[in-house]
Amino acid sequence: MYDTPKSGVDVDAREVKISARGVQVFYGDTHAIKDVDVEIQDKMVTAFIGPSGCGKSTFLRCLNRMNDTIDICRVEGNINLDGENIYDAKVDPVQLRAKVGMVFQKPNPFPKSIYDNIAYGPRIHGLAKNKADLDEIVEKSLRRGAIWDEVKDRLHAPGTGLSGGQQQRLCIARAVATEPEVLLMDEPCSALDPIATAQVEELIDELRGNYSVVIVTHSMQQAARVSQKTAFFHLGNLVEFGETGQIFTNPEDPRTESYITGRIG
Amino acid sequence: MPLSLLIAIILIIGVVGYVLGRRRAMASAGGDSRGLHSLPVYYGSNVLLSVLVPAFAFIIIALIVIPLYIDTHVSAMITEADIGEGSSLGLVMAEVRRVAEGLDNAVAMGAISDEMARNAGANASDMAQRLRDAGQVITGEVTGNILAAAQEYRATSKILHVGMIVMALVIALGGFAFGYRRTEKDFRARNVVERVILAILIAAASVAILTTIGIILSLIFNTIEFFRIYPFTEFFFGLNWSPSFSGRGGSSELGFVPLLWGTLYISFIALSVAVPIGLFAAVYLSEYASPRVRSVAKPALEVLAGIPTIVYGLFALLTIGPMLTTVFGRDGLGWMGGASSVMTAGLVMGIMLIPFVSSLSDDIINAVPQAMRDGSLGLGATKSETIKQVILPAALPGIVGAILLAASRAIGETMIVVMGAGAAARLSLNPFEAMTTVTAKIVSQLTGDSDFSSPEALVAFALGMSLFVITLGMNILALHIVQKYREQYD
Amino acid sequence: MTDATAPMGADVPKKARKSSLYGTDDRTKKRNAAEKRFQMYGIAAIGIGIFFLVILLVSIVRSGVPAFTQTFIEVPVYLNEEVLDPNGNRDPDDLRRVSTFGYAPLIDQAIFNQVQQTEGLTTTLEDASDMRKMVSASAPAILRDYVLANPDEIGETVDFRILAASRVDGYMKDRVTRESVARDKNIDAAHLDLVDQLVEAGTIKREFNWDFITGADASENRPEQAGIGVAMIGSFFMMLVVLVLSLPIGVAASIYLEEFAPKNRFTDLIEVNISNLAAVPSIVFGILGLAVFIQFAHLPQSAPLVGGLVLTLMTLPTIIISTRASLKAVPPSIRDAALGVGASKMQAVFHHVLPLAAPGILTGTIIGLAQALGETAPLLLIGMVGYIATNYPEGIASGFLDPNSSMPAQIYEWSKRADPAYYERAWGGIIILLLFLMTMNIIAIILRRRFERRW
Repeated sequence: MYDTPKSGVDVDAREVKISARGVQVFYGDTHAIKDVDVEIQDKMVTAFIGPSGCGKSTFLRCLNRMNDTIDICRVEGNINLDGENIYDAKVDPVQLRAKVGMVFQKPNPFPKSIYDNIAYGPRIHGLAKNKADLDEIVEKSLRRGAIWDEVKDRLHAPGTGLSGGQQQRLCIARAVATEPEVLLMDEPCSALDPIATAQVEELIDELRGNYSVVIVTHSMQQAARVSQKTAFFHLGNLVEFGETGQIFTNPEDPRTESYITGRIG
Repeated sequence: MPLSLLIAIILIIGVVGYVLGRRRAMASAGGDSRGLHSLPVYYGSNVLLSVLVPAFAFIIIALIVIPLYIDTHVSAMITEADIGEGSSLGLVMAEVRRVAEGLDNAVAMGAISDEMARNAGANASDMAQRLRDAGQVITGEVTGNILAAAQEYRATSKILHVGMIVMALVIALGGFAFGYRRTEKDFRARNVVERVILAILIAAASVAILTTIGIILSLIFNTIEFFRIYPFTEFFFGLNWSPSFSGRGGSSELGFVPLLWGTLYISFIALSVAVPIGLFAAVYLSEYASPRVRSVAKPALEVLAGIPTIVYGLFALLTIGPMLTTVFGRDGLGWMGGASSVMTAGLVMGIMLIPFVSSLSDDIINAVPQAMRDGSLGLGATKSETIKQVILPAALPGIVGAILLAASRAIGETMIVVMGAGAAARLSLNPFEAMTTVTAKIVSQLTGDSDFSSPEALVAFALGMSLFVITLGMNILALHIVQKYREQYD
Repeated sequence: MTDATAPMGADVPKKARKSSLYGTDDRTKKRNAAEKRFQMYGIAAIGIGIFFLVILLVSIVRSGVPAFTQTFIEVPVYLNEEVLDPNGNRDPDDLRRVSTFGYAPLIDQAIFNQVQQTEGLTTTLEDASDMRKMVSASAPAILRDYVLANPDEIGETVDFRILAASRVDGYMKDRVTRESVARDKNIDAAHLDLVDQLVEAGTIKREFNWDFITGADASENRPEQAGIGVAMIGSFFMMLVVLVLSLPIGVAASIYLEEFAPKNRFTDLIEVNISNLAAVPSIVFGILGLAVFIQFAHLPQSAPLVGGLVLTLMTLPTIIISTRASLKAVPPSIRDAALGVGASKMQAVFHHVLPLAAPGILTGTIIGLAQALGETAPLLLIGMVGYIATNYPEGIASGFLDPNSSMPAQIYEWSKRADPAYYERAWGGIIILLLFLMTMNIIAIILRRRFERRW
């Protein structure tokens, strides 16, 4: 139904959505991210791979300032979204997170109805003028989350009653509902079974038509399947960043090669 | 022989048993402890426990049964004629016990001889006079029958007491012989000792059940007694509370409704102070406060929980009451008659409950998984939106449980209302008026030397029963809700 | 997946609110304001809580500290032999025959002499008996006790510290003012003038009041003599009973429930009972004590033994709950290790688990005891109030069985008395009670810090 991800996309023609320069992250005294430069382009999927504890999730959480919620975390360097520094004092993280949505490792639907889960973002950001408007946003988001057919008859049932894969697609739909420009996904399939994983991966590929998607994964196959560009992190350093095909077939750095061939990680 | 001496003798028998048992075990193994089934300690302990457990069990049972037996035995001697107008069997029996005790003391002091005390033909009023001369407290009129009953009381209790001592010693020695005879090298002493210890552990755990049974029995018997002399509908639906002070008259009105109203009104005010403050404090401490603020503010609030209620009572009576009077009293707005009022007690009780609500809510809010917060913040919600729309709804059942527990605390609280709420039962809406509560009336009806047979005293047990049932119901419901809530996130 | 693809591609709306991150839009401003407000509510709530705590502590300290000082009149008293020992033989029986009425004039005279000897002192009080109102009603009895103990000093002049009347004491502590005295027949303005001058002359002094800490309660109209010492002993004996009973029973019950109890109806019943008993109002335990220990078992009223029994039943759930938590905190690997070398289950528990849990158990017990020490309501029902605790117990048995009060019951008793001087005593008693509780809690915290173990 869709092309293999690597082909048919002109990687360099896309505009740069997020550019990070010299990013350092500290957790108290621990230096978690060391001088990372990366450019994330619009309308494509960028994957962050690397062994556990390499800092890929930490870096992802810098992109929508989720790290602000951790007291001991300190971020240095520049991260620009459409040319604007998101760590600038004038930037309100709340507005930023509406533009840069996030999907988490474990599906975390709120203990509310499916409808209210989706409507939560639009409500707090005031995206709907009236009830009909909101209904429309909810339906559109659930369709984009590829879960509309499964839940349209029970929109007012609790979201926690869905299966794991459905819950994760609900969470993606919830993130989409606020009309973000970038979607960050932190190992979105790690808690799912293979069938649910396939469904979510398929969804990710569709989402790239509208959004810039960044996905953290520890599964190299998944990175190869869904992403156009891949960044390899190791011990807080960005070791290699390039086209996914390039990274997997012909890595430049020996560490990348070791990881891909299974010698480290 | 005093009880303490008996216990000491049994303990000595036990210790001797321990030493001998151990020695016998070692001897049976030829002095080599490796030949024994268990460690030598267990052989000694086996004899020790064989002495102590049955003997003490017997003493405890005897101490409960003997007075019961004496009471029923002696009260059979009391005739209808001995129970005067307005009196009761309980009162007469109390008199009998006093006379018996007086006889004991008088004999001990040497004021009368033992024969005289036992003399069945003794003149009652003469004897009463002698007892009074000897400094004994004899209040009522001592009739011949009462004196005879008292003498019978003395005689029976003496016989039974001696019997108990002899029996206890026999049982202790028997236990000694039993344990000692069993001691030889193949005897599984450890298993036996451990089984006895397990039984002791079970007995200790059963104290909780015994306490509950004790509470229920002490409430039920007296409550039934109360409803026998006071109609139950008038208690539950009576709108007036005015016990007569003579203690005997039938003119008392003992209506539960005004007390319940006072209790609920004060609890309501207390909760309307404690719940918002406690809840907001908990939210702030768990979601916003920096570790430094938390390390100061949390213990500071918890200090409020460690302060005894008598301190809050005094605070209500001497600080908050007068403070409110200056604003709302006669010199101010004129709403308040005296320092005691529903508001005084409610406010102070609210202060007391703040840490209770806040620490319970804190636990419950912290039980909401971090993933919920991340999910909401990741969508661009502010912290307060996350708290109001995600965390609090998710924590709602737990918080409701916490509030129920706080309410049950408020309803059962005694000292603050005794000292701060006033003594007059009143059905009124004015929170600045003095009212009284169930607990305050339990205290006032049962303190002082009231006899336990008048409706004015017995009503306290009916009040206690109602209080127990109400708070128990709330606690069970609250614990159930909180438990269900915790299971959801475990 | 057809439903997902349909609305995509061309018809994706170009973001209408594509705006710079640098400017904050109105809605966000409003939301941030709401956020600020919400945070303010939280700060306000904590502020109110701490504010109440401060008021409470300030009123305790401000009203209670004066109870620790007492006004005395220091004068030489001539122990007139003609009055105290008319026979002149120092026979104790004869000396005892002189009642306090014989002593009172000596004190009056002694003060009057001092007044007349002090230079530059003017007063309208011209008679020795006018001095009586400045002196505590207890003073003659105190002097009498002194003389009976030291009969050889009869006939001599002794420097004596006479307890001042509570009105004089109150005047020294600003509790009694000239306005309040106008309607008070216990003292006159003239006395206050005299007091002012005697203070200047150094005859009247406020000194630290050890008698408040060690002394006995006094009757309704002698607040200046009342102390909390006897009630403290009553509390001590009660705590002894609580400790001796609740610690072993609580630990045994916890060991059974945590380590041995099978999952069955009986265990569930015990569990439900414990969690409910922990929430039963304390007054209900008072009713239990009254009905079972006094009405049924005929134990003496007001006895610390009965108080201790009631408080034991009340404290047990607390101790069981905390003991079980400390037992649960010992990891199963310890039990497995002991069982693995062939220990019986009982040995594993008593040799390994219990010692490791001991600090936690001790901490819980101290906190339970502190709770019991401050408890009042159940004690009211078993007769610990209305009783004037003027006698020290004679020996241990009497300490358990003779009527006594407890610190909180004594404080309640004082708070009910009419003379405001007793309120000061009540607050002072609270300071002592809180010092005890603070000490206990600090010990518990230190124990917890010192022995805290992370597995």
